[in-house]
Amino acid sequence: MDRRIGVFICECGLNIAATVDCESVKEFAQSLPGVAFATVNRYTCSEPGQEEIKKAIGEYRLDRVVIASCTPRMHEPTFRKAIEEAGLNPYLLEMANIREHCSWVHLHDREGATEKAKDLVKMAVARAGQLEPQIETKVPVTRAALVIGGGIAGIQAALDFAENGYKVYLVEKAPSIGGIMAQLDKTFPTMDCSI
Amino acid sequence: MTDVGRHPLIELMTYSEVKNVRGYVGNFEVTILRRARFVDEKECTACGDCADVCPVIRPNEFELGLSTRKAIYSPFPQAIPPAYVIDIDACLGNMPLACEKCYQACEKKCIDYDMMDREVEVKVGVIIVATGMKVFDPTSLTEYGYTRYPNVITSMEFERLINASGPTGGELIRLDNHKRPHRVAFIQCVGSRAQRRGMPYCSNVCCMNTVKDTILIKEHWPDIEVSVYYIDIRAFGKGFESLYMRSKSYGVRYIRGLPGEIRSNSSGNLELIVENQENGSVESHEYDMVVLSIGLEPDETLEDLRQKLSLSKTADGFLMEAHPKLQPVDAPTRGIYFAGCAEAPKDIKDSVTQASGAVARAGILLNKGEITVEAITSRIIESKCRMCGICAKVCPYNAIIFDKSKKQYPKVVEAACAGCGTCGAECPFDAIVMRHFTDEQILAQIDAMLETNPMDKVVVFACNWCSYAGADFAGTSRFQYPASPRLIRTMCSGRVDSKFVLHAFRKGAPVVLVSGCHFGDCHYIDANHWTAKRIEKLKKRLEKLGIRSERLQLWWISASEGQRFRKVMELMEEIRQTVTPEEVEETKRILEEAEAKKVKAG
Repeated sequence: MDRRIGVFICECGLNIAATVDCESVKEFAQSLPGVAFATVNRYTCSEPGQEEIKKAIGEYRLDRVVIASCTPRMHEPTFRKAIEEAGLNPYLLEMANIREHCSWVHLHDREGATEKAKDLVKMAVARAGQLEPQIETKVPVTRAALVIGGGIAGIQAALDFAENGYKVYLVEKAPSIGGIMAQLDKTFPTMDCSI
Repeated sequence: MTDVGRHPLIELMTYSEVKNVRGYVGNFEVTILRRARFVDEKECTACGDCADVCPVIRPNEFELGLSTRKAIYSPFPQAIPPAYVIDIDACLGNMPLACEKCYQACEKKCIDYDMMDREVEVKVGVIIVATGMKVFDPTSLTEYGYTRYPNVITSMEFERLINASGPTGGELIRLDNHKRPHRVAFIQCVGSRAQRRGMPYCSNVCCMNTVKDTILIKEHWPDIEVSVYYIDIRAFGKGFESLYMRSKSYGVRYIRGLPGEIRSNSSGNLELIVENQENGSVESHEYDMVVLSIGLEPDETLEDLRQKLSLSKTADGFLMEAHPKLQPVDAPTRGIYFAGCAEAPKDIKDSVTQASGAVARAGILLNKGEITVEAITSRIIESKCRMCGICAKVCPYNAIIFDKSKKQYPKVVEAACAGCGTCGAECPFDAIVMRHFTDEQILAQIDAMLETNPMDKVVVFACNWCSYAGADFAGTSRFQYPASPRLIRTMCSGRVDSKFVLHAFRKGAPVVLVSGCHFGDCHYIDANHWTAKRIEKLKKRLEKLGIRSERLQLWWISASEGQRFRKVMELMEEIRQTVTPEEVEETKRILEEAEAKKVKAG
């Protein structure tokens, strides 16, 4: 199984680079089996950062991508889209969280954080080697909305949905809508009545 | 409000509650319990003839008990729908011989004592949670004497007293002698910004509410003296500062310092003891009415609904957003959005803004008319399957169809599968592939982690929604902890197969932690119950093999528990330091032997 994995290590300005020695993580990544390319970016999520990924995929014929940066809960969709634009299946991406789980929580342990970052990259590369392309299925959406709560927020939401042309079910536990707002006399900042 | 009642696309269900929610983004099936109001909502014209003859008197909740209502009543004059309702626990009409007066009085015959609660099923693509909050009950702050002194009232009671449709017709009166007060004091931050009793956060609306109230008093009765006791006045919104200045220009006194105590004197007047922080002196001031500006708190009666929707809450008890800054109206569960105070205390303008934002966000899904399902669902390898049916049993979504009598392989309904991976972990024959979270992928991560210096590392399995997010939160909060833990992300802790844990120990891991959502918070209904059972069983097995079960840990950490994540990591490090290289070598030997036996047995 010959993989051509590209590893992109993000400095995130100084968010990662101030604690993790990114250059040594890069050198380590280059030594890992299956890694065809490794680099350090200032901000991988930026437009130039994403362009660099796309360029490298073509130039080095990369078939898997590892991005060591922030949490996948933040930018996984961004990077999936980027590699898809370069012709790779979006599921051939793996992220190593070296910011939230590393540089930010070991601020005073540069050595420990760098070793950990290397491990996280190594784990991501190992997983990336096993990744397979996936095809997402599409399911229809029921074009109706449920709004739970008939206070001012629920009322506004129900009206906005309805004005957009969608069927809305507005569920309120009290016998009338209005919520706490209806109990107020005048309301700030307009000093007019609430109902 | 009336627009809601009129709009042809809005089906209004009052006196109703969400009983059950099934399905997933784009395709929710919701059961709504419609409680019987015993009055035909469509026929009732709210003429009030029924209430006129009703002999039962109860405190009026809308007026906070400041006036009364009948057992058959309209919640308030502008109620929508404009229909009466029977408080059936108070009504005598269940026994027609005893009463039935309202039934007789109702010309249109809208009253039906036999009306039953009923359940309605609806299908929707998106859900907006706009369940609001509740106001703080200041009775527990005994130093302010609320409920002990009649002239100490809450800001909500003040709203009703000054309202033209309220119990006094808008006349501000003392509750003991029904006379207009001459001197009124407001006390801010009651139940808010409290370190000990009440809520630690700022409730957002109370400063401006008080500023508004002082203006209302001064514009009606300029001769009433008004004072406000406060910590800071937070008038940060558009138009707020000018309102504050208007209040001051009317002669309202703002005194920095919260009273330590309220005492009542023989005339029923109230004496406030306060340290005036402007000059450091302890002062005493007399008033004949004190308004406690009460804060807002999460409504704990919504706990059940929160769990049904698989939503999390932040440390303050309000609902947690997908991202506090970038996705403030999205719930972490796709297809669910927040509006109003359910997410955090906010004023009317912000509630309206968030509601419109939530609808716009939900509209992204609705407009498309279809959504993609992440390709992380399970697949059954029929050649390995022995039709035991465990997968179907453990699936929280009933997404695996299996009928033992039919002798057919189990089948995964892809649209219903949420990808938790519990089936994959429980299958005794490795006959299930969890797409994008395969055994091979996870084992490769473990191998890579433990290839060098395994003794220095703690293997942590973290679920995507709670514990992994909790680790992220520890990161954004810069909570520092030892560098030994390495996280492996799975969608749910239910995915963590016993074999992953044993594999890690075989590769020399000193400590393995499995972490996930608290019970009731699981993103996959109750998949984490299977995690708990599995880990308990595994711990027993380790003990039996002579391996210290303390080295396998199970902790529940929510997405908002960054501090807890840090503490658990510190604990893992402590446990790691108790493990010697000899112990690890012994464990490896025991597990290799056990594995060899298993292979031999076939």
